Amino acid sequence: MPEPLLEVKDLTVSFPNASGDVRAVRGVDYSVAEGEFLGIVGESGSGKSVSSLAVMGLLPSSARITGDITFRGQSLLGMGDKQLSRLRGREMAMIFQDPLSALTPVYTVGQQIEEALTLHNRGISGDLAHKRAVELLKIVGIPAAERRVKAFPHEFSGGMRQRAMIAIAMANDPSLIIADEPTTALDVTIQAQILEVLQKAKEVTGASVVLITHDLGVVAGNVDRVAVMYAGKLVETGPVDEIFSAPRMPYTMGLLRSVPNMLTAGSSRLVPLEGRPPNLAKLPQGCPFAARCPAAQDRCREAEPELLVTDGTGRQVACHRADEIAAGTLRAVDIFPRPPFHEREVLEDRVTEPVVSAKGLVKHFPLYKGAVFRRAVGTVKAVDGVDFEVLPGQTLGLVGESGSGKSTTSLELMELTAPQAGSLHVAGHDVSKLSKADRLAMRKDVQIVFQDPMAAVDPRLPVGDIVAEPLTVHKVPRAERQRKVAEMLELVGLDPEMADRYPHEFSGGQRQRIGIARALITEPKVLVLDEPVSALDVSVQAGVVNLLEDLRDKLGLSYLFVAHDLAIVREIADTIAVMYLGRIVEYGPVAEVYASPRHPYTRALMSAVPVPDPEVERTRRRIILAGDQPSPAEDIAGCNFASRCPLISLLPEGKQQRCRGEDPVPVLHGGSRVACHHVDSISRLDTVDAASQSSVTSA
Amino acid sequence: MTSYILRRFVNYAILTALATVFVYIAASTFFYPRRRYLGRNPPIPEDSIDSILTGYGINDKDPVLLRTWWWIERIVTNPLPDKLGHDLGNNAVIAEIFSRAGVSLRLLLVGAIIAAFLGVFFGVWGAVRQYKASDQIVSYTSFILISTPTFVGGVILQILATNFNNATGHQLIRFTGAYTPGITGFWPQLMDKGVHLLLPTIALALFGAAGYSRYQRAVMLDVLGSDFIRTARAKGATRTHALVKHGVRVALIPMSTYFAYNFGTLVSGSAFLEIIFSWAGMGQYGIMAVQQSDVNALAGTVCFTAILLLISSTLSEVLYAALDPRVRV
Repeated sequence: MPEPLLEVKDLTVSFPNASGDVRAVRGVDYSVAEGEFLGIVGESGSGKSVSSLAVMGLLPSSARITGDITFRGQSLLGMGDKQLSRLRGREMAMIFQDPLSALTPVYTVGQQIEEALTLHNRGISGDLAHKRAVELLKIVGIPAAERRVKAFPHEFSGGMRQRAMIAIAMANDPSLIIADEPTTALDVTIQAQILEVLQKAKEVTGASVVLITHDLGVVAGNVDRVAVMYAGKLVETGPVDEIFSAPRMPYTMGLLRSVPNMLTAGSSRLVPLEGRPPNLAKLPQGCPFAARCPAAQDRCREAEPELLVTDGTGRQVACHRADEIAAGTLRAVDIFPRPPFHEREVLEDRVTEPVVSAKGLVKHFPLYKGAVFRRAVGTVKAVDGVDFEVLPGQTLGLVGESGSGKSTTSLELMELTAPQAGSLHVAGHDVSKLSKADRLAMRKDVQIVFQDPMAAVDPRLPVGDIVAEPLTVHKVPRAERQRKVAEMLELVGLDPEMADRYPHEFSGGQRQRIGIARALITEPKVLVLDEPVSALDVSVQAGVVNLLEDLRDKLGLSYLFVAHDLAIVREIADTIAVMYLGRIVEYGPVAEVYASPRHPYTRALMSAVPVPDPEVERTRRRIILAGDQPSPAEDIAGCNFASRCPLISLLPEGKQQRCRGEDPVPVLHGGSRVACHHVDSISRLDTVDAASQSSVTSA
Repeated sequence: MTSYILRRFVNYAILTALATVFVYIAASTFFYPRRRYLGRNPPIPEDSIDSILTGYGINDKDPVLLRTWWWIERIVTNPLPDKLGHDLGNNAVIAEIFSRAGVSLRLLLVGAIIAAFLGVFFGVWGAVRQYKASDQIVSYTSFILISTPTFVGGVILQILATNFNNATGHQLIRFTGAYTPGITGFWPQLMDKGVHLLLPTIALALFGAAGYSRYQRAVMLDVLGSDFIRTARAKGATRTHALVKHGVRVALIPMSTYFAYNFGTLVSGSAFLEIIFSWAGMGQYGIMAVQQSDVNALAGTVCFTAILLLISSTLSEVLYAALDPRVRV
């Protein structure tokens, strides 16, 4: 076996803390071979970022590091800053999560790429460095690179900034690239672009890549080998196919089973993986996962299992019961049984009156300029004429990239005032005709659950008061309030005894349950769910989604479910509305839209969602959208998707003219309403070779 | 961008004019310059007092607003030397400002620049070595300096200088006034002025640097944890290189505004220094004006300070735009 490029042996990292040392990494061993693509997966706080920052030597000086890290036979831990600096950027490069804060705001993108070159090659002329910077930007797919090289980071979109980061990492042809959550802050369409650029960077430089992520879907489609981290230790490693098809550590099993899969969602329930990772400053005795593991035995609580090689395939597992699992006597379906799935009765004939009905809803924001004499210089068309209905007991899923207007649409509903144009009916009332008192009374009927459960509650109020607050607005007597709070906490699966505690004492999933309890206490008819699970770790997402489904069916609630995650929407929604630039481009029953998406944008969106199954990922055809969503302040003649449409280039000239000149109106096709002139030609997207659709072509 | 800065300049200019007029009105209302001429022996006839005061435009028998109107009228119509009228010593205020401004600015400019450099250096130094002994020493020293009144600091420096002179037996450090009268020749004069500048400049630089270093340290600490510093180091920059090229450069942006504004207010701030070291500067003039109820002199001083503030605010806008590409439009 050739010497590995990077070898990490018994690495520990701890941060001294007044309340005990935080042991972020506790004895990690792994190696990366030349040209290998390794994925490190784990929930937030599992130590995956800390261990790779230790490799780069970029941990704060307060960190205490022991163990050994060798890169090409050189030990890195003993090196000083000067020696390490010679390796960093030249031999080992790193890509960070948030590309806005990771680039220096006061230097141009070109200067920052050139710096990476000149730092390691003092002799390089400024002219040559500049040429190379332009060339690198072209490789990572930035159009008009000659001009863009002079732009500042704030003039780039999120996706372009991440491309620039990759260009910096590639600059010196490193042999190792560490990418720390490179796509977490990005939209799914942009994520697909960036992952492709990352693959290209790997090809061009021939580097080994370590991809750190919490998203199993991202891992499935890209890496060769997976390492799963939990509470500062590796708990399972192995080739990607085997990990996904036959996980041997219960944590991996739970993680895999809790992830919604866009291709199968909606036909079975998600498997929740309850609880939260242990506090790294006060680790319990035994296996750190024991508290959340349904298969835990007494020995699991006594001694922590070692990461051991279980068979000849190079798989390693840290579990006392790994042998039973490998032998097939302890199966994943038994450890994490799928909750029973009830086929829902959805009223087929739509005789029922919709709870919410919007027609031609518009929300424009004027764009001002000038401090003293403000004048409108344009309009941001956040919501530009949308029609939708929410039926009783059903869920409407509203999906789209950030900036597509989905949150504005949901807030327009919460507003309960006359829309700028169009009409909005809630529970049979025209909201523009409501009196002040009626509007206040109606607010009981429409409630909202926000994305970030910690930011949405007052951290200085006990949970009971937070949940009871809507009732104080509606002047409900105190005794009644307390009774309802207990009832609501019970309903969302929390102990009513917890009403006296404060939000910080709860985990993310529990906090979101508090948010749901607060929304439900007024007994609303409609619940607006604005990205209710996207801020949560995957393992707890499932529990919250299941709870929302149960509550809907038990209480007959209607949901407006705003999300960017198409898998979760397929799981929970009955009807889906796909938004792009303030318009709904496709609207129809979930089963139909997912089975045969008719709008090219819906197609692209769906193909961009990574599926947590390596085999499927390898054979899937991907449509990668070029560029970014245009600004909603732009005036676009014709179809507003034309600039990024993957279909348009496949059409004959005459048909293309129509897209550029005529704004498509939504027309009924089958069960869905689609705003596209060429729905009949959509199958052309199937025949095109995925490679020729690549966005990573030299501009 | 240029049009933006021009617009800001016009805004500041209007504010400057308003501030000066308000001070004139306030001074005319509260000062009682007539007292200066009362109770003399032999008594001055009231008619004469009236005519003197009317000559200065500060007769309290005329309504305040009328006097203000005349004052503005003089500014608009009079030739330059008479624009701001005469002070009670019967010197043209403009002429006084011209002769004193040079004295003040010589002191301020050098002091402020040294203070800025020292402040940035020690602020960055303290932030990078947070909580280490060197940071603690810098912090405590600057706290002591900030809490020392200017006149105490100035006097301590004078005592030290006197001791030094006594110890060496020569009058090496001269610190009374801006120059020694009677010296002739270009080089001797220059040397003499430089020596006189020494102590007040040290005082100004130390007190300024103490304040700047606290602010710079706080800003730098914010920047230290930034992701872009980590990126720079991941590219292969050493810690020092990343901190100086990426960290200090970004931390200077908020400092630039602070510097520029501070410079504008230094004139009034350094008044005590001028008095202690007997410099005939603008600060001393302002204090004298208040002591003697001299309306014209005070209005002139405030006008001068306001114009300095106007220039430095505009400069801060230019500086900010130069340093931060995000605000360039």
